[in-house]
Amino acid sequence: MAGIFFQKREVVVPGQLLAEGRYRSSAGTYDADGKVFSALVGLAELRGNTVKVVPLEGVYIPREGDLVIGTVVMVAGNNWRIDIGGPYQGSLHANNALRRPYDEDISKYYDIGDVLVCEVLAFDRTSGPFLSMRGRGLRRLTDGMVLDVSPAKIPRIIGRRGSMINMIKDHLRIQTIVGQNGRIWIRSPDVETERLAIRAFKMIEDQAHTSKLTDRVNSMLREESTKLKGTGGGPKYVAEAKDNDDMEDNNDEY
Amino acid sequence: MSTEKRPDYLISPEGLRIDGRRPDELRPIELEVGILKKADGSASIRQGKTYIMAAVYGPRELHPKHLTLNDRAYLRAVYRMATFSVPDRKKPAPSRREREISMVIANALEPALFLEEFPRTVVDVFIQVIQADGGTRCAAINAASLALADAGIPMSCLVPAVAVGKADGKLILDLGDAEDKYGQGDVPMAILPNTEEITLLQQDGKFTKEELLEAIGMGMTGCRYIHELQKEALKKAYAKRAPEGAGEEEEDLGEYDDDMEADLGESDLPEEDE
Repeated sequence: MAGIFFQKREVVVPGQLLAEGRYRSSAGTYDADGKVFSALVGLAELRGNTVKVVPLEGVYIPREGDLVIGTVVMVAGNNWRIDIGGPYQGSLHANNALRRPYDEDISKYYDIGDVLVCEVLAFDRTSGPFLSMRGRGLRRLTDGMVLDVSPAKIPRIIGRRGSMINMIKDHLRIQTIVGQNGRIWIRSPDVETERLAIRAFKMIEDQAHTSKLTDRVNSMLREESTKLKGTGGGPKYVAEAKDNDDMEDNNDEY
Repeated sequence: MSTEKRPDYLISPEGLRIDGRRPDELRPIELEVGILKKADGSASIRQGKTYIMAAVYGPRELHPKHLTLNDRAYLRAVYRMATFSVPDRKKPAPSRREREISMVIANALEPALFLEEFPRTVVDVFIQVIQADGGTRCAAINAASLALADAGIPMSCLVPAVAVGKADGKLILDLGDAEDKYGQGDVPMAILPNTEEITLLQQDGKFTKEELLEAIGMGMTGCRYIHELQKEALKKAYAKRAPEGAGEEEEDLGEYDDDMEADLGESDLPEEDE
């Protein structure tokens, strides 16, 4: 019997039969004798004739081209070892970060504890991930804060073509960089706005598997930011915020 | 020493067991997923008086490094009994029995997991027996497999497990402590329900060939029932995490073309260019 055995965006469990017949298995599913089964707890979806399961939990597994936020944990010769969360430690070679000629002691440039925005250059089963800092907006972060969320929720935080993250930025006039590894950098003009931003991100993280989330976050932010304005705290437009506009554009690609 | 005595009979003249169960009846089972905040995945099981918690961490960086496998993740299961889990205080040092059961549990779970997706890492499974009343290794497998699913580890299916034993010459399902101690044998087993493969089969005591085959059949039926309970517990845990009011929304999910479908697709699926 061919067909589909799940509702759109249904919560499925490992081993559950999802489809049989001319359907193709992809991320989060596996194929056995022409039947597609779920391999994860997640939300089942069908696009064309491809079945996939969007995970609700999971660690960060690097992919080429990902934008990540990491912390330097070791300086090893001409490499920095970077904690990007998840099981794999990143490696950033000085050639991919500095303009030549550079000093032999590369800890002059970035040292243990520094927080860097990098891109994943290469990653495969046997080696890596190798990181790079050549690119617009890839730099060391010296102010603001970094918020940790579950990497599985990042696509939802960014939203379709950046709809969610742009909506949050428009409301709060903050600067953010969203790393695919579940780290979000936030710089905001005052503490109240920063707290509100954290609340919005945590709300998305908690409710990532529900629908019409953009609308709910939107109304929460509208309500709360008018309250802030009332107390005089509120988001004020800071001229300096323009500086990094080009860097923020990085996020819109996701 | 506890002063427990052998009961006069394990199967009463009416054909019922000491706790009033029929021979092929399981003890009441309660499964709960996501009980520990700090673990990547967790689950607990109550099966009769047995109470076990399982926590999963990872995939994460493997220490010590020399255990690294280059083609897949290393599955490290640790089964431990609390000192207060049995009538006579258990010595806190890890025993031979605990090491053996840890290995047996890892071997029972591994065939279900797609560990090759995370080479050079480790998946840690910690199993803590809070109260032991027979059937702990099977209950531990039931809980550990839920905790692995909760941690987002890809797997072909959940792994249910149950023990079949023999008391007063009759085959009985899901042994309690007294039946385990004073019965004539014990066959713990775990299966992959989708393919009906057996991933754990041990035997203790004497069984004829016919008895063993019948025991395996009884175990299969028991496992299939436990598998249903596992699926239910997992779905319940995720339904509960939905916010208030989301219940109604979920019904009309199909009508809304909200942003979820497209946005996850774009960033999540590099292999789509085939």
